[in-house]
Amino acid sequence: MKHSFGVAIGPASFRIGSAWADPIRWLKTLYSDYPQPDDGVADFTVLLEPAGALRRWWRPSIGLGGDYRLPDAAPLALRHGLLAAEMGMNLQMALGWRRHLLIHASSVEKDGRALLLTGESGSGKSTLAAQLGERGWRFMGDEFALIDLESGAAWPFPRLVSLKNAAIRALRAEVTDPERFGPTLRETPKGDIAHLVPPRQAVSRMRDSATPALLLFPRFGFPDDLRPVPQGEVFIRLTQASTNYVALGEAAFDALHRLVTTVPAVAMDYRSGEEAIATIESLWAEQA
Amino acid sequence: MTHDPARYGVDGSGTIVTRPLDGLTLIYHRPSGITHIADSPLPEILQALERAPGTAAEVLTRLSEGHEIGDDEDALEGLETHLATLVSLGLVRIAR
Repeated sequence: MKHSFGVAIGPASFRIGSAWADPIRWLKTLYSDYPQPDDGVADFTVLLEPAGALRRWWRPSIGLGGDYRLPDAAPLALRHGLLAAEMGMNLQMALGWRRHLLIHASSVEKDGRALLLTGESGSGKSTLAAQLGERGWRFMGDEFALIDLESGAAWPFPRLVSLKNAAIRALRAEVTDPERFGPTLRETPKGDIAHLVPPRQAVSRMRDSATPALLLFPRFGFPDDLRPVPQGEVFIRLTQASTNYVALGEAAFDALHRLVTTVPAVAMDYRSGEEAIATIESLWAEQA
Repeated sequence: MTHDPARYGVDGSGTIVTRPLDGLTLIYHRPSGITHIADSPLPEILQALERAPGTAAEVLTRLSEGHEIGDDEDALEGLETHLATLVSLGLVRIAR
């Protein structure tokens, strides 16, 4: 590949190769504080390739390649190259990571204890974690929580925060440094997207784990409500939220059982981000 | 012509891992790698079959050693239904 870039994010490392310079230039800018892969060898390769003959120049569009591919993934416009690279890294993790139980969840840490937020797309888990990361919590990740199969600890995966639509405005109001924002990518398949560089501490401590202490199932757009979630339901929801539960077999069964039986779980419906954050702070104080 | 009653069994000792979960039981079936969530008496039936294969009547006798079980005929009928469920889940085999 003509242009390439390497980066380590938490315990995983990536090499991104691209037929075009622009996506790599943005990655180098936004990931400038992140370390390189240990020994220069990356766990995964992501390739941003022309989606077909001529597509390098004419209506350029990106086909996503790499160690793991989705055969029917739709190509993205070149102007969405940064999104393609981030999606490519997520895809490698989701399909290839085997060293931890991988749960589709955002996470933040305080005093060595982790709050995990899991829910469907649009639940607000990413925005809430990003906002908490600006308000005294350590941001650990907005996409995947990595659960240690031996110790049960949560490990960070603090890649760029992927902000969508209204979340872009919410974080622009909170983060004063404009250098921490990538370009706003208009009209992507998920609406408008902007990437946010996590706070400096999230990057410098990206190899520090935390003990899971509270599991939250946020749901945005519903009347305020809080209810405990029974362990059986938590177990089922987390198996559905994990991309590698089946692949890891009995080790994942044991790790998930430990997580579900040692960490309280609460479903939180909310209509305003500010109220949700106040509720989370209050729940956290009760657990302490 | 009379048929011998079906004999039930599990795949072998140590093939089923169970963990309590809030009044329910998590079951991990090692040969298939599939996780099940089950309510009583399914875990107890599996436990009884892990000791040795047996007919429904033999399993009922084993279960009655540790549990309060009602009228024999109803209990046997209920047990056969549960065994059929476990067979359909792949957790129990009918031994030939």
